Amino acid sequence: MNAIVSVNDLTRVFDVSKPWLNRVLERLPKSNLTAVSEVSFNIEENTVYSLVGESGSGKSTIGKMVVGLLGNSAGDVEVSGVNLARESNAETIAKARDTIQMIFQDPYASMNPRWRVKDIICEPVAAKGGETVGLAEGLLEQVGLSAEDASKFPHEFSGGQRQRICIARALASRPRLIVCDEPTSALDVSVQAQVLNLMSDLKDDLGLTYLFISHDLTVVRHISDRIGVLYLGRLVEEASPDDLFEAPKHPYTQMLIAAAPKMDGFGREVEPPKGEIPDPINPPSGCAFHPRCPAATTLCAQFRPQMRTISGSRVACHHAG
Amino acid sequence: MQKLRRIWQSDLAWNFRNTPVAVVSALIVLVLGLAVIFAPLIAPHDPFDPTTLNLMNGFSEPMQPNPFTGEVFLLGTDDQGRDVFSTILYGMRISLMVGLLSVAFAMVLGIILGLIAGYVGGWTETIIMRIADVQLTFPSILVAMLIFGIVKGITPVEYRDQMAIWVLILAIGLGEWVQFARVVRGATLVEKNREYVQAARLIGRSKWIIMIRHLLPNVLSPVLVIATISLALAIIAEATLSFLGVGAPPTQPSLGTLIRIGQSFLFSGEWWILLFPALTLLTLALSVNMLGDWLRDALNPKLR
Repeated sequence: MNAIVSVNDLTRVFDVSKPWLNRVLERLPKSNLTAVSEVSFNIEENTVYSLVGESGSGKSTIGKMVVGLLGNSAGDVEVSGVNLARESNAETIAKARDTIQMIFQDPYASMNPRWRVKDIICEPVAAKGGETVGLAEGLLEQVGLSAEDASKFPHEFSGGQRQRICIARALASRPRLIVCDEPTSALDVSVQAQVLNLMSDLKDDLGLTYLFISHDLTVVRHISDRIGVLYLGRLVEEASPDDLFEAPKHPYTQMLIAAAPKMDGFGREVEPPKGEIPDPINPPSGCAFHPRCPAATTLCAQFRPQMRTISGSRVACHHAG
Repeated sequence: MQKLRRIWQSDLAWNFRNTPVAVVSALIVLVLGLAVIFAPLIAPHDPFDPTTLNLMNGFSEPMQPNPFTGEVFLLGTDDQGRDVFSTILYGMRISLMVGLLSVAFAMVLGIILGLIAGYVGGWTETIIMRIADVQLTFPSILVAMLIFGIVKGITPVEYRDQMAIWVLILAIGLGEWVQFARVVRGATLVEKNREYVQAARLIGRSKWIIMIRHLLPNVLSPVLVIATISLALAIIAEATLSFLGVGAPPTQPSLGTLIRIGQSFLFSGEWWILLFPALTLLTLALSVNMLGDWLRDALNPKLR
């Protein structure tokens, strides 16, 4: 198995300072928000890798850096062996970009409302001057819509149908990797399952690889081959779904799974997660989770834990194992 | 045919049919527009052809036979015996042409600069929008007079009269682009963060293609409203400049020029030379403005 995506020590810092005039007048220092901090992971070909985390944990930022919509501050992203941030040959970048596509969160904003569905789906191919006759119709049928829908406008469809159109657009340029940024969080639960099933069928039929970004643990467990848990821009644990749900090793993962609703635990009292995600402009010292961690010691407050591999899982915790 | 029916059945058309002010204004604009297009067929004589003029017809009262020649003029004549009705038709031609072309010029300029400012951002945006802000602090009529004066100063005397109309269009257009640029920039700032723009960036579409093919169609509806209201303003601006004597030359009189000529006869009792061009200007500007107001309300979902 070879990795189609390999992310090494990826870091992204946003400048959230006030305008320079205010800084000069109020004697404020520059302030930086570290959205993603030294994240490393690999995605194997034809698998689903999920990133989960609370809002503000940096999962969408990682997705945008992988597809090349955002630049990184440090570290490397390699997709099919091409480093999108460092590569200088425009042709190599264009070729690598053709193999990456993205499905967005909001199906109501991700299609140009003035374009016909046909043009929306064909755009990735038409932009490269490719042949588009019959392409949209074929893809629409592949995602469970009808060929007649090609000449309609996006507002004539429901949320689930729109997300199917977005999937069709993502498939048009025959990509190998699709980054899915919370593709089902704007949909009804019943529609979510349909869209997820469609996505895993397409993965098997076309040999796709997904980087799946979500805050919903139940959705992630259902489809993933590997799950990474993010906390405050740092990867805290990475494991296969069974290991992660049956034997979570990081205290944060344990807290998340304890809080997730369960079918068989109807009526049980849920212990809500304690505390709130800290301010990413001034993150806690050492392990970012130590102020909320039940197992924290002085070691946790001083040193940032390194990623360690423990029986198939990767965990960043001093006390795990 | 089917397309026409779909337009007729749209929300906007329904709203239009149920707003009497809009229907009346549209009818007036339509009638005036047709009159302007077919002016040579409607006008009793060509006011620019001196051979058709008879000085004995000067100062005929409206609908009264001239005491010397016995000819009857619908709206009277001016001092040189030119039929006021005909001069109004031809004058409105120049007023409307200057209005439409200057709005078109301002619109194109404003849309381009607004899109660039909104989408590119950074220093480009700062420079464009500061220029716009500085220009907004001057009354647009002053800006127009300034541009008119500069261009008049650098063109040779023999071309001045021919150039006057085009200079007028340029001057009024440059005075009005700010409105368009600000609105387009605002709409672009909203649209550029939507995911369909990211989807286009993702596949490597260039800035220009994203601006023209994705953003432009989605920022146009407020532009349509401003264009209509600006048309009324441009017609009035042109009339003001011409009234002040810096606009359309007496050889190609616009409504403003006619009003200027007419006002010198007002106190000697020849009221019709002033009144009829002024009423026409009022009707034209008012109906275009009413149409613009209706369009603004009809396209604003919050007022439905």
